[in-house]
Amino acid sequence: MSASSRVIPPNTPALPNGSGAAAILSAGIGCFSLAFLAILGDKLLALKAPLTFYKPTGPLSGVSTVAILIWLLTWVIFDARWRRKTIALARVSVVAMVLLILGFLLSFPPIADLF
Amino acid sequence: MAITERALWTMIHGMVFGALYLLACSGALIELCLHTAPSTPAPITPAQQRFLNIYLIAMAALAWTAVLTGAYLIYPWYRATPPQGTVDLSMFPQRLLLSNPATSGWHAIGMEWKEHVAWFAPISITMVAFVFIRYGRDLANHKHLRTAVLSFATASFLAAGIAGFFGAMINKYAPVQGGPVIQLGPLPSNGDQK
Repeated sequence: MSASSRVIPPNTPALPNGSGAAAILSAGIGCFSLAFLAILGDKLLALKAPLTFYKPTGPLSGVSTVAILIWLLTWVIFDARWRRKTIALARVSVVAMVLLILGFLLSFPPIADLF
Repeated sequence: MAITERALWTMIHGMVFGALYLLACSGALIELCLHTAPSTPAPITPAQQRFLNIYLIAMAALAWTAVLTGAYLIYPWYRATPPQGTVDLSMFPQRLLLSNPATSGWHAIGMEWKEHVAWFAPISITMVAFVFIRYGRDLANHKHLRTAVLSFATASFLAAGIAGFFGAMINKYAPVQGGPVIQLGPLPSNGDQK
């Protein structure tokens, strides 16, 4: 192999994108989980008490804690699987963005009240 | 000049953690845009990278502090239930807002949205900080990763903006009050009162 063929083009990524993809997808999942759990906690009376981890804060304490745990857990799992890989990031980004937008929409009370 | 303990904490939550985060967000968005652009004329230096790493970590810390103080310190005071027969609801902001159709929307839409959407800010900015610290200048070579990072940073700004706006409006119509009074200046003597 000649010396010139070993030259890395200037715009070649030095790191695989897997770790970034894991962080992005899990953040989308975290935001969506929070909005989804908030609706469940609001609509299902059976879940209201179990989600009240701290009484003065009410179900918000459980909703936020469980959503954060889901976010961190999915992050750890995806990162362990994808860290050294190059992922189809366009697709992962779209899924993460859709989850984020759904999170915003579902957390908006007039939309959440439709369920 | 005096302030109640609850009002002071509400001010620290909103004006220190929340407002500072919003200010920092606009700076971070510009810095991230500039330093990760594929066609940037001058790539980010190690010193700039270090500075931005610390800046993003500080932002994540601010965002988490804002939501945690909001959820576990201010919110319980806001949603406190008045004893039966209470007529003066000024110490119970949620009930005060709901007692009047003209202000009930600030709770039903404002607080109900704010209390959940605010959490998107720390989640998103923590992710942004992690990705930027991990990839640094290499982010310029990952087009989709860069776009996603900038989108989540914008979403974080938007979430904090929604929370900040409704927090300020709610506190205007039904301020969180109570607790010991903290005197911020010398007590006025009777002769000073007009």
